[in-house]
Amino acid sequence: MIHNLPWLFLLLPLIVAAIDWLWFSKCPRTAATLSTLSAIATFALCVAYLNGWQTGTPDVYTWLPVAKEGMTSLSMGLVTDALAMRMMLVVTGIGSLVHIFSIGYMKGDTSNLSRYFAGLSIFMFSMSTIVLADNLAMTFIGWEMVGFSSYLLIGHWFNKDSAADAAKKAFITNRVGDFGFLIGILLTLAVFGTITFAEMGGKAAGIAPALLTATVICLFCGAVGKSAQFPLHVWLPDAMEGPTPVSALIHAATMVAAGVYMLVRLQVSMGTEAFTETACITIASVGAITAVLAALMALQQDDIKRVLAYSTLSQLGYMVMAVGLLAGEAAMFHLYTHAWFKALLFLGAGAIIVCCHHEQDIWKMGGLAKRMPLTVLCFLMGTFALIAIPGFSGFFSKEAILHAALETSPVFFWIGAGVAALTTFYMTRLCLVAFCGQARDHGAAEAKEAGPTMLLPLLALAVMAIISGYGFIADFLVPYAGFEAHGFELGLPFYVSMGSLVLGLIAAFIVYGCGKRKTDPLAGNALSTALRKRLYIDSIYDKGLIGGIQEYGAQIIEFADAALIRGMIVQGFAWLTAKIGMLLSWIQNGSLRGYALVAGIGIIIFMFILAFTIPTI
Amino acid sequence: MTPLAHYLIFSGILFSIGLAGVIIRKNIIVVFMCLEMMLSAANISLVAFSRAQGVNGIPVYDAQVLALFIVAIAAAEVAIGLALIVAMFRARKSVESSTLNTLKD
Repeated sequence: MIHNLPWLFLLLPLIVAAIDWLWFSKCPRTAATLSTLSAIATFALCVAYLNGWQTGTPDVYTWLPVAKEGMTSLSMGLVTDALAMRMMLVVTGIGSLVHIFSIGYMKGDTSNLSRYFAGLSIFMFSMSTIVLADNLAMTFIGWEMVGFSSYLLIGHWFNKDSAADAAKKAFITNRVGDFGFLIGILLTLAVFGTITFAEMGGKAAGIAPALLTATVICLFCGAVGKSAQFPLHVWLPDAMEGPTPVSALIHAATMVAAGVYMLVRLQVSMGTEAFTETACITIASVGAITAVLAALMALQQDDIKRVLAYSTLSQLGYMVMAVGLLAGEAAMFHLYTHAWFKALLFLGAGAIIVCCHHEQDIWKMGGLAKRMPLTVLCFLMGTFALIAIPGFSGFFSKEAILHAALETSPVFFWIGAGVAALTTFYMTRLCLVAFCGQARDHGAAEAKEAGPTMLLPLLALAVMAIISGYGFIADFLVPYAGFEAHGFELGLPFYVSMGSLVLGLIAAFIVYGCGKRKTDPLAGNALSTALRKRLYIDSIYDKGLIGGIQEYGAQIIEFADAALIRGMIVQGFAWLTAKIGMLLSWIQNGSLRGYALVAGIGIIIFMFILAFTIPTI
Repeated sequence: MTPLAHYLIFSGILFSIGLAGVIIRKNIIVVFMCLEMMLSAANISLVAFSRAQGVNGIPVYDAQVLALFIVAIAAAEVAIGLALIVAMFRARKSVESSTLNTLKD
């Protein structure tokens, strides 16, 4: 019985979500407390498991039994290895902090908070399903469920058109990737004969490389959607329309990392030999392209959350690149540190936004360092981790990725270094503009320190952002079996990343000074407009792809509707009936003699039949 | 004794003339008379059959009873039919069947 306790990771949040929604939809306080308690309970359970409290494997339930020989029944089981359980620690840990933060952040919000917390609980359930799933079908269920909960939470303020649109955009963009993922799962079933992770090992050797490549790339499509990689990255920046804690939990720390987690899970269970060279180059290139493009677009964003969103994209690109370079260990290391410091940055941004009366434009902030020093300090800790200042967590994980890149492919190493310089530049820009100088708007001028429910999660995350990269803690917590942090070592990656760090810092200080400027000195030229407009990718999708599909799709549907259904079926039958009616109507000409004639002929025919064809009895 | 076929041919001719009159003529009174003629044609064939089926010179009376019934019904029909024609003439000042097309228009 007790070995089945991991099912609680799934059931607890699910039950709480149902209770929140069904019974407590009118009392948000109770709903919030329940959700928060369930998140903390799963976190405690997770900590207990990691301390070796219980090691049994939970039961596997057969979900869809298949009686035929040679076919696989679909089952529901949980994996409780280090990769899964340590990932759960990140999910439930950040989840708990976000729940607590939400209580402070959503105070005074007039929308239905029970719905909000029920959404968070559903998300915790779905994310746990992805992390703990022991087969791809179950992963896929969780995959769709996180998409759904993300839809709910992005569209929480659905009265705003932009939020409703962003929710739709996120869901639909994800469907594109999910379709590839589904094909990938079916291919896996066909190629490997199983979709259970534990049974995949060692089977890749006897399979044609082309098939392997196709399978892996199709599965990768799912990660492209969920982890917002180029060309499906467009939904993530728009997803910032949701409440900020949601952005922190779903769109920075956990859900968007699910793609990376899934790829690493596959790499671990299929074995790296399943990732053929072509597949690896594709994955790494997509990651690298995303990292570069997103970092460029982040340079000219004015919305504090959007800067962070593009930075998330860029860091996810890093992780995907590492997976493509077969450095799953480094990818998971970065995922883990990134989860802590990016959640910290988002929650910090959330606290700043609330305290500036829901102002998100950094050019209307300024001077916040004096007004809310503790929040700004926490935010700075996150920033230092993100731009990889030595000693902070991000430094170690970024170093790990750069090391792996240098060993495998120098091109990706230099791309990574360039992105690091860009990252430093845009984060320094954000901090200088928002925190230094004088307040540029009354919202920032009246800002006060955030309340305790917001500050406590910030402080906890700030501690993790600083220490989570060191070996004494990373060795136990990084979601990868047998992870060992490589100590700090001097070498080319170190010098290059220091170089890009210093370069970015100096450039940002030269351009933005100490927050004295009122507007962005880089704005105005064609390049910065292009970056501001997200390199026109969104408009191309809107006008070219969606517009085109709608235009031509509408024409096809118009044809089917007007010509086939309306023309041929509906009007066709009417026309046919009318014609037959016209044809027959001359019989009903109202002439008595005509009727008599027809009756006479009828009688004669009747008599003829009676007399000559029916045999006599 | 006149063979049965002669009666039947006569009855057929009479019936055909009646049918042709019903179909061709416009005047309702003539149509009505033609209808009567067709009934008579049927009567003739009935009586002829009755005689032909007879045994030892005694006809089968069933058919003749039927003929009597037809005569009685024809008399009743005439009464109703003529009344209808009179009513129609009063309403329309005409006994032409081609004027009976109110429902069509």
